[in-house]
Amino acid sequence: METIGVIDYGMGNLHSLAKSLERVAGDRRVEISSDVAQLSKYDKLVLPGVGGVRGCMEELKRLELVDFLRAAARRVPLLGVCLGMQVLLDHSEENGGVPALGLIPGDVIRFPDPLPEPGTERLKVPHMGWNRVKQSRPHPLWAGIDDDSWYYFVHSFHAAPQNAAHRLGETEYSHSFAAAVARDNIVGVQFHPEKSQGAGLRLLANFAAWNGELG
Amino acid sequence: MLAKRVIPCLDIDQGRVVKGVKFQEIRDAGDPVEVARRYDLQGADELVFLDITASHEDRPTLFKTVEAVAREIYIPLTVGGGVRTNADVRTLLSAGADKVAINTAAVQNPDFVTEAGSRYGVQCIVVAIDAKRAKPRKKGDPLRWEVFTHGGRKATGLDAIEWAAKMVAKGAGELLVTSMDRDGTKAGYDVELLRAISDAVTVPVVASGGVGTLEHLYEGLATGGADAVLAASIFHNGTHTVGEAKQYLAGRGVRVRL
Repeated sequence: METIGVIDYGMGNLHSLAKSLERVAGDRRVEISSDVAQLSKYDKLVLPGVGGVRGCMEELKRLELVDFLRAAARRVPLLGVCLGMQVLLDHSEENGGVPALGLIPGDVIRFPDPLPEPGTERLKVPHMGWNRVKQSRPHPLWAGIDDDSWYYFVHSFHAAPQNAAHRLGETEYSHSFAAAVARDNIVGVQFHPEKSQGAGLRLLANFAAWNGELG
Repeated sequence: MLAKRVIPCLDIDQGRVVKGVKFQEIRDAGDPVEVARRYDLQGADELVFLDITASHEDRPTLFKTVEAVAREIYIPLTVGGGVRTNADVRTLLSAGADKVAINTAAVQNPDFVTEAGSRYGVQCIVVAIDAKRAKPRKKGDPLRWEVFTHGGRKATGLDAIEWAAKMVAKGAGELLVTSMDRDGTKAGYDVELLRAISDAVTVPVVASGGVGTLEHLYEGLATGGADAVLAASIFHNGTHTVGEAKQYLAGRGVRVRL
């Protein structure tokens, strides 16, 4: 039986993510752990995260998860969610600038504050609420999900992958930004699938069933 | 583009949904899980639970309620009422709340907002502001509102607009703005209050207090400039479903998630 590991490094609310995964994982087990030895045994990994990137990277280092994640990302499907997606990139400009995992080339940058919206009201930061995601290309993660479906977002920074091929989904907020990224067996979503009703649960189910290959 | 949000608010007393008119004549209105599931199916964008349980010793009941709801509902849940310490925030988040609303504790110690935000992320820290119209300092001055705490019973002397800006500077990720003058009246939001606060801050503003009709929801968004509208009785009494509210707003040209 396969096991999906949800990485617990003390940042935020991973229980709702784990519960949502359990609901859609079929006969796969879902386990929460912060222990490298334990996490090494799992068939798929989910990296959640809310909060600031500096605290996130410090905790990952303290738990010896940085090297583990870099190695694991070469062999098992890995899903980053929200801040867990942002740390997949090289660097974030949050908290004065913090180097991240470097699994997907590019930076994490802040929305301009306040955002100009021509002709109407200015936009708010954080980008908080429901917005649509345009699927940049077909991917097993999008299986059975309508293009331009609604997902729930809460964030002030967003990923800017260097390579356009690593953009998996795009969302409009003042400008089009990468709401989902992918590189080989690594995927990341800026929105919260566990809070996005049907489309979000389907995405988690797709990840649970994914073998890490494309198509 | 981002959708405007429609948020039903549930008052919770000792683990049950209650409805009351200005805290008098509280009546049992059901099981939180059932009510939450109903609103989820109707297309609610989020839910807000406001714990009005008088005794702080009943907190474990609230945590159990939040856990039970979070297991069933896959939309964001904000919990407010009696959030005083970092431990309160942590317990609610681990029970499954996505955001916590802080009110009285923020007035008593504004740095609590900063602490909680840096520890758990600003996106989960909502500051609830209960505001009441005050006399202008002198004739011809602009409108003023005063911040109240303790469920609207205690005046603070704080100017609501200045307070809103200060709370954002302290790290609030969202503001939940309730008009004490309008709460329970069904006369509509205090759109001038909403507009003044929306113009003063860069974080999302949730309008609360006074909704009696669907038109009021539209006014809160269009005239008040709010990013989300919260309502209780029009949904609880069955006057309208959340779906009807969103259809109405879409018909008025508001971007909503349908």
